Amino acid sequence: MPNASKRKIRETAAKFAFLIAACTSVAAVVMICLFLFVNGIPAMGKIGVFRFLLGQTWRPANDQFGIFPMIVGSLCVTFGAVLIGVPTGVLCAVFLVFFCPKKLYKVLKPAVDLLAGIPSIVYGFFGLMVIVPAMQALFGGSGKSLLTASLLLGIMILPTVVSVSEAALRAVPESCLEGALALGATREQSVFFAVLPAAKSGILAGAVLGIGRAMGEAMAVSIVAGNQAIIPESILSGVRTLTANIVLEMGYAADLHREALIATAVVLFVFILLINLLLNLVKRRDKP
Amino acid sequence: MTKPRLAVCKKRPGSLLLFLLTAVSAALVCLTLLAIVAYIVVKGLPSLRPSVFAWKYDSENVSMFPAIVNTLLVCLLSLGAAVPVGVAAAVYLVEYAKRGSRLVSLIRMTAETLSGIPSVVYGLFGFLVFFVAFGWGYSLLGGALTLAVMILPLVMRTTEEALLSVPDAYREGSLGLGAGKLYTICKVVLPSAMPGILSGVILSVGRIVGETAALLYTAGTVAAIPSHWLDAGRTLSVHMYSLLSEGLYIRQSYATAFVLLLLVAAINALSGTVAKKISKR
Repeated sequence: MPNASKRKIRETAAKFAFLIAACTSVAAVVMICLFLFVNGIPAMGKIGVFRFLLGQTWRPANDQFGIFPMIVGSLCVTFGAVLIGVPTGVLCAVFLVFFCPKKLYKVLKPAVDLLAGIPSIVYGFFGLMVIVPAMQALFGGSGKSLLTASLLLGIMILPTVVSVSEAALRAVPESCLEGALALGATREQSVFFAVLPAAKSGILAGAVLGIGRAMGEAMAVSIVAGNQAIIPESILSGVRTLTANIVLEMGYAADLHREALIATAVVLFVFILLINLLLNLVKRRDKP
Repeated sequence: MTKPRLAVCKKRPGSLLLFLLTAVSAALVCLTLLAIVAYIVVKGLPSLRPSVFAWKYDSENVSMFPAIVNTLLVCLLSLGAAVPVGVAAAVYLVEYAKRGSRLVSLIRMTAETLSGIPSVVYGLFGFLVFFVAFGWGYSLLGGALTLAVMILPLVMRTTEEALLSVPDAYREGSLGLGAGKLYTICKVVLPSAMPGILSGVILSVGRIVGETAALLYTAGTVAAIPSHWLDAGRTLSVHMYSLLSEGLYIRQSYATAFVLLLLVAAINALSGTVAKKISKR
């Protein structure tokens, strides 16, 4: 039967084509690692790994490439964003799931979704036009600071934290809440002391995703952080993050300077991989 | 429901405090959004003049029209690359692969890694591949392909969810009637998963429209409609970034921010309608 064998060939070919498509994501990750590491690692060798990672002066014109201020800047800004965004986001999710009337939910949920959809450049614009002048009026100085960047990033990670925490809270079995209520606890006590601990790992996953987003954000941060490549002395001094360093200088960089920027991306990439690893560990704890 | 709660809470100030804490947080989130939207609408709407939509960009009108066309082109090109691959990958994961095989977990892990990579790293990767290695220079195609890699995990995940929600009875019915596996997938499974796939595509459009960092050094910042795919061109978000970094065109920045916000709101509304259609079925 030639027809049957033709069909078999076609089925096998299709399966193979689907398999190749599925392997694209593997290939993409391999290619990204390859291109970044091949172009970035040699620069680290030329500059000296320790002088690159721990050097405190970034003066490309004098061949001084120390990214330690940027590493500190990225960590500080991310920490500040988490401090602002995570508690607000988790509490907002609790409100959405347990205390929100249905009609209000129909307004709030799309609002959170819209917050997630606003482009980062529009956030940056809003930060520049509204938050920066407000900071100037409150604290003096240029208004572009660690605090401003943390506040803006805190707003930007809100939707991620809210929607992941909401899913985690909804996944807790109803009986958990009902049991606590039956024992005489108020609804608030039941939610905070019975349901919230049960949803802990899901909420933690949301926080880690938020950390990843804050660390990787480039445009909005480069607009409001001030971008001084020095270790910040207070929350009101300007900072430069790893991402901002790349965005600001890639346009005109050449030779070793450009390679140093690619090496900066390698450092950022390693940070993100570590965060991903952390996320997987948090998620795995869920399943016994 | 609120009145008895208040009565209970009067006796238990701790509970009242907890409730207020959540309500205030939700209000803060809402007010933030409201502030952003109100600010951009109030400042942006009056800034819209016919001149910002002029056919050609010059330093006089600072038109965003070429940027709008480029945004459309980049959307089409990157969706054209990412959607077929992403959908096919999801079909493999759901319909062919053995659950829990090592290859599947590798694919899942890499897709997760891809969705966590910051857009600026994608931008550098695209720059190294398309600008340097391929020698294309700043090109619309290079930018679009960079974005295609970026949205691939999103398309894969939404398609996978859509395929998983197709009842097995559909597949068994089709196979039972003598159709082959490929025929079943193309004519039965994919059409019923279509709304889910579509919502993934809409989400991807949202990400493409909002992307700046990945395009800055791949597609470039030229404010013109390219005549060739390998020419440079800026999308609307990159246009906005250029205006901000030049710092001269505040009115036009407001107008661009308004148009971007409008686009994003429309995309969100569209995906909301599609999602509603799915849950109705």
